[in-house]
Amino acid sequence: MRAIMAEESIHISLSAEQIGTFFGVPVTNTMLMSFVVFALLATLAFFVRKNLALIPGRLQTLIETLFVGILDYMTETLEDAKLARKLFPLILTIFLFIFTANIIEFTPGIGSIGWTHEGGEFTPLLRSMNTDLNTTLALTIIVFVVIEVVGVATLGFLRYGKKFVNVSSALGFLVGIIELFSEVARLISYSFRLFGNIFAGEVMILVIQHFVPMVLPVPIMAFEVFVGFMQAAIFSLLTLFFVKMAITEAH
Amino acid sequence: MDIESAKILGMALAVGLGVIGPGIGIGLIVAKAVEAIGRNPEAAGKVQATMFIGIAFTEALAIFALVIGFILKFA
Repeated sequence: MRAIMAEESIHISLSAEQIGTFFGVPVTNTMLMSFVVFALLATLAFFVRKNLALIPGRLQTLIETLFVGILDYMTETLEDAKLARKLFPLILTIFLFIFTANIIEFTPGIGSIGWTHEGGEFTPLLRSMNTDLNTTLALTIIVFVVIEVVGVATLGFLRYGKKFVNVSSALGFLVGIIELFSEVARLISYSFRLFGNIFAGEVMILVIQHFVPMVLPVPIMAFEVFVGFMQAAIFSLLTLFFVKMAITEAH
Repeated sequence: MDIESAKILGMALAVGLGVIGPGIGIGLIVAKAVEAIGRNPEAAGKVQATMFIGIAFTEALAIFALVIGFILKFA
């Protein structure tokens, strides 16, 4: 009984599998996936740019509406049209990158094409990008640096630093320490939020495929695509809001 | 009970108990935000922004529970 259970148990790997090396740099399957997403987005950008017309076609209309809507929302939130215009490429790129990766997560072939090792362990060639903590941590570090840099550039170093080291009163000092802690804890919560949500979705689908392989995974996959959109939106929206908080002076 | 099963139990308990508080908290935040939007629909954008920041801070606590779970499992 025990042997049968072990044979049928689900294999879940928390870390990405290495599939090869490129000039001495180890290449994992999530890394390959991120390059696939990158290529997809670059192709899309190339085609839209090539077919740019004064009377927009269907694709151009969609993209223009999306971009203008997001830019308007950013301007409204930041209350600064110039800063919104400056941050727009970064925030939209982060959104599109995460969103595309989450959308194509369930494309047939991703996670199912691969090879088996001697030990019976399966290594997929492509694996959903955000199920690797390294990817989300890299995105988080980019966002973290941008938030700090925008804060310092807008307020100046001393006025920005006053948020964290405030010696005017004992209570102010304590609040500053808490601010500093939550600023650094953001690195953890940001990366683990995206990683946890997408990884939990993958695990849930694996488990459900194990028990009910026929119809049930389909609505769950649809739900996971929705979760993927939400997480991409939340990641970019939180970047926007934290920039807003960084450029607002402490009071 | 050997140490492996204690680890697994501890991990499940940490995550399971750790998400209760943030779950209640996020529910309260969203309920109040919806109430506020209902009272003043023009302020929807600003309320949403504040709501998301609140959710982010509350959800961070649940994520800390998850991190503790991972630490228990792998350390």
